[in-house]
Amino acid sequence: MIAHAIFFYVFSLIAIISAIMVTVSKNTVHSVFFLILDFISISCLFIMIGAEFLGMIMLIVYVGAVAVLFLFVVMMLNVAQQKNQWLLSEDSSGHIPIGLIISALIFFELIIVIGGWKYKPDLFNSNNLNTSSELSNTHSLGQILYTDYIHVFQISGMILLIAMIGAIVLTFRQREGVKKQSYIKQISRERSEGVEVLDVPSNKGVKIDD
Amino acid sequence: MIEIGLGHYLTLGAIIFTIGIVGIFLNRKNIIVILMSIELILLAVNINLVSFSIYLNDLSGQVFTLFILTVAAAEAAIGLAIIVVYYRNAGTIRVEEIDNLKG
Repeated sequence: MIAHAIFFYVFSLIAIISAIMVTVSKNTVHSVFFLILDFISISCLFIMIGAEFLGMIMLIVYVGAVAVLFLFVVMMLNVAQQKNQWLLSEDSSGHIPIGLIISALIFFELIIVIGGWKYKPDLFNSNNLNTSSELSNTHSLGQILYTDYIHVFQISGMILLIAMIGAIVLTFRQREGVKKQSYIKQISRERSEGVEVLDVPSNKGVKIDD
Repeated sequence: MIEIGLGHYLTLGAIIFTIGIVGIFLNRKNIIVILMSIELILLAVNINLVSFSIYLNDLSGQVFTLFILTVAAAEAAIGLAIIVVYYRNAGTIRVEEIDNLKG
């Protein structure tokens, strides 16, 4: 139990510090790196609490795909070294205190909600889905994901497909002056326009390509 | 303090959620950091869902965490595509200079 507590505090401290560094770091590339550290420590927490499948999926999806996508865009756009004017900007300082106040309010509301949860112990008796102890986390998750939630699962696949098509269509650019094959032209060529039969008079010849 | 319960995980989620909100409000750099703050907020929501799912012994929370992961990946891809297109057209993605709508 003490080891559990120590691991929890270490990982959550790393997560909170790296989340703060994501927001305040001067270099955008450093922010992406701290985002990766944040995701890794949170997925360690997930594995520690018993949701191994989600922890591993978070490692694969966030660290392997999303963070690399962020890094790719940051390095492509040449915005890494822009000046950070966090809390120092003169012309736009009006909304910073309001933002801080609203954030503090949101935090205190969340804390109040968490405190109120402790006084409702009867809510803990939830109707369990099929969670038996001899199955692993991945096995039981698959058992309800492909039966009870199959339609939502299919819809999430459609969301991914639409996101892929949307990203390709948004960033696709037709360049001017680049020679390309036209498949339609190639396929729809016919004999009448491709070949010309000429009657060649003797001793004169014909001129082609005139 | 030693006994790690549901409240600890919920507090961690609340702290990360608030850091994400602060990052959206106080950002003066580029939009990419705002997108990363949105990812932080979704991560806090995932922490809440997973900890409730473990402590209530109900797997629906983890299933919905999977769906949130899917939607977050799609949102990041679309958002970064929009940022790339905007940077190609306007030459900047600084938050202060994006004022075409005069908002």
